Amino acid sequence: MLADHLPALQVALPLLTAPLVILLRTGFLAWLVALLASLCSLGLAMLLTATVLETGTQHYAVGGWLPPMGIGLTVDGLSALVLLLITGASSLALAGGRLSLRKDIDNRRAPMFYGAWLISMAGLCGIAVAGDAFNVFVFMEISALATYVLIAGGRDRRALSAVFKYLIIGTIGATFYLIGVGFLYMMTGTLNFADIALRLDEVTETRPIVIAAGFITIGLALKAAIFPLHVWLPRAYTYAPNAATVFIAACSTKVVIYVLLRFNFEVFHGNLPGHTDLFGVFIIPLALAGIVLASAIAIFQTNLKTMLAFSSVAQIGYIALAAGLTSEAGLMAALLHMFNHALAKGTLFLCVVAFVLTSGSASMDSLRGIGKRMPWTMAAFLVAGLSLVGVPGTAGFISKWYLVVAVIGWDGWGAALVAAIVISSLMAVVYLWRFVELAYYSEPPGGEVVPMEVSRPLRCLIWFAALANIYFGLFPQLPLALARSGTETLLGGLF
Amino acid sequence: MTTLLIGVFLLLLLVITAVAIVRSTDLFSGVMLSGIFSLLMALNFFLLDAADVALTEAAVGAGVATVLLLAGLKLTPSTEARARPVRPIAIIVVAIIALLMIYASFGQPSLGDPTAPAQTHVAPWYIENTPELVDIPNIVTAVLASYRGYDTLGEVFVVLTAGIGVMFLLGGGRGKPFSRLHTDPPQGLSHYLIPKVIARMLAPFILLFALFIQFHGEYSPGGGFQAGAIFVAGMILYALVRGEDKALAVIPPHVLLWMSAGGALLYGSVGLLGIAMGGQFLEYSVLADNPVTGQHIGIIVIELGVGLTVTGVLLSIFHAFAARD
Repeated sequence: MLADHLPALQVALPLLTAPLVILLRTGFLAWLVALLASLCSLGLAMLLTATVLETGTQHYAVGGWLPPMGIGLTVDGLSALVLLLITGASSLALAGGRLSLRKDIDNRRAPMFYGAWLISMAGLCGIAVAGDAFNVFVFMEISALATYVLIAGGRDRRALSAVFKYLIIGTIGATFYLIGVGFLYMMTGTLNFADIALRLDEVTETRPIVIAAGFITIGLALKAAIFPLHVWLPRAYTYAPNAATVFIAACSTKVVIYVLLRFNFEVFHGNLPGHTDLFGVFIIPLALAGIVLASAIAIFQTNLKTMLAFSSVAQIGYIALAAGLTSEAGLMAALLHMFNHALAKGTLFLCVVAFVLTSGSASMDSLRGIGKRMPWTMAAFLVAGLSLVGVPGTAGFISKWYLVVAVIGWDGWGAALVAAIVISSLMAVVYLWRFVELAYYSEPPGGEVVPMEVSRPLRCLIWFAALANIYFGLFPQLPLALARSGTETLLGGLF
Repeated sequence: MTTLLIGVFLLLLLVITAVAIVRSTDLFSGVMLSGIFSLLMALNFFLLDAADVALTEAAVGAGVATVLLLAGLKLTPSTEARARPVRPIAIIVVAIIALLMIYASFGQPSLGDPTAPAQTHVAPWYIENTPELVDIPNIVTAVLASYRGYDTLGEVFVVLTAGIGVMFLLGGGRGKPFSRLHTDPPQGLSHYLIPKVIARMLAPFILLFALFIQFHGEYSPGGGFQAGAIFVAGMILYALVRGEDKALAVIPPHVLLWMSAGGALLYGSVGLLGIAMGGQFLEYSVLADNPVTGQHIGIIVIELGVGLTVTGVLLSIFHAFAARD
């Protein structure tokens, strides 16, 4: 019986646990309840994924009102992929972040923090299961507000100015999206995605619709940190509490990209003549610039978190580039890379959590010789780093492979794009090598090498994440199946 | 024709106010102007027959938001640190966006056009079926609380998250206590006779009006959001006149925390109850033998949840600002 309600429970469970968490008295209890809720959500996401793979897309009418009168939830392979990312990243970050968060957040404020964490996760899940354009906006607001709270919890005072910038830019992005949805409602009289797509045909090429497509695309690109709209991202990632960075970096921008893809492919493609080409023309140059420039900037960073943040901007570029090709292979690559990059970046930031626990700072200087002091964690960092570069045998290789295949099959200047991808991958080798060299071949700040590994559970968790990078490199069936099913729904409008 | 003229006049005032907000370097007048902006917006909404939205805008935008900004102003200097030079790029971007929206507006259906898509698709369904399915006179409430009750649940959590954020950063709830709880007696405006007398007379009526808005939302414009904001306005008036600690004695911080969390939980529990009783999430029809009665019960309970959370969160935010120096 409950199985029918999985899409609603996926959102309701973490959302309704959050008010309970803020009523708790100690940080430990709040953390424990948040972790349990997060793990339960992960379980729900797995159940949903299994159901979707078995029986196809799930529909749910909230309140018993059938869409478009009421709000419909739709869960297909793409939603399932994103749900696994969100709940998995949250569980990993909470489980591994206990000690780190205890240092960052004092005990009395901790229940508020973990409440915000659950709301943020529930908001992201809400976006992933939504089948309604306005509902997406509501849950985008929920997750964004809660994410601002998470970032503001950083110990460094600069977290506040970083989060203010993110708040302003995020609000502009959300407003643009809302303006676009408003225009769509004005011309179609409905908010349900499938219904908009159905009714768009009659009013296609009217001015409000064209403008709406522009506002929605640019608003979401702002929130997804697509170059050059990424200015909020590096500082937000850097100054957020380390464990929160694991969660945010793994999934928050990906969920926005998910909405961008949904809107552009399920709603606009096939209904707006020329939109497909325009989307590519808009997104490919930006993606290319992001891939090359952000990778280059990452090389010169003196803080490990900032370096990884700029690397994220470049990786978002890969996803955007692949999606911009608007081909089947391209979308496959984009969806796969969403999954694989989240895996690699989540592991890398989890290693940062461990590094900072022992060294106290994420600046490159204080991490000198960390490889000798923390051999296990550093080895896991290396594995995830290889996945980020795209070395065969790791998850990153699978999506890079699909990306290159998609690019070569593209009618445009495939060769130039391949060159950009190769150059940027080499730059990734350079910026990762800079850190690896520092970690293994230079003397620790104190001069003496003292083994200072973090606790065994955290080490196990880090290695669990690192091994997942290898596992999904060798056995990529699950992400492949979900990405394929997602591609089919996205392109359903095209063919 | 008169409506059109008034509309143009109001929009003109709106533009003037917006320009004045951008140009003012004095933060106090900026806050006051933004209050005026919200009030003009509320009038505009009312002119467009959106009474519920107008009430919300007046209560939240012009009322509570202005007071909260003023409370925030206590923590900052009263003028901008330095006049920022106008950045040409910013002006160009804003101009392009404005032009795009004006361009789009030429393709939109004209105001009140009965054949517009927004009037012919789901709206007629709501109008035809609400008397039978939900049976409350205010269809807007039916849409917000029942047909799109899931969005409204989301909005309640937006409010709660805002409260969590402020309490996390500034203290309140169980975290850092409001720091000025027990200071010397002369607080607020208690030494001004006229505001004191008038506020004393007004406060009970404002609170009573809030309760009316809360429980009459199915029949007339209103509901939990507006009621909560008006209730908070009454409490803030009381706090200003009698002093912070008196207001906190009436509703202590931990009660505010329980109200904030409890309201959201109450709303969500109604949703889960729907599943437990064999319906969908947030399906009220299954709450009673008669589906229409079930809808009534559901709407009243969730509106109560909305009112509790809005009141708890807004008052917590006010106290959190007011307690800082």
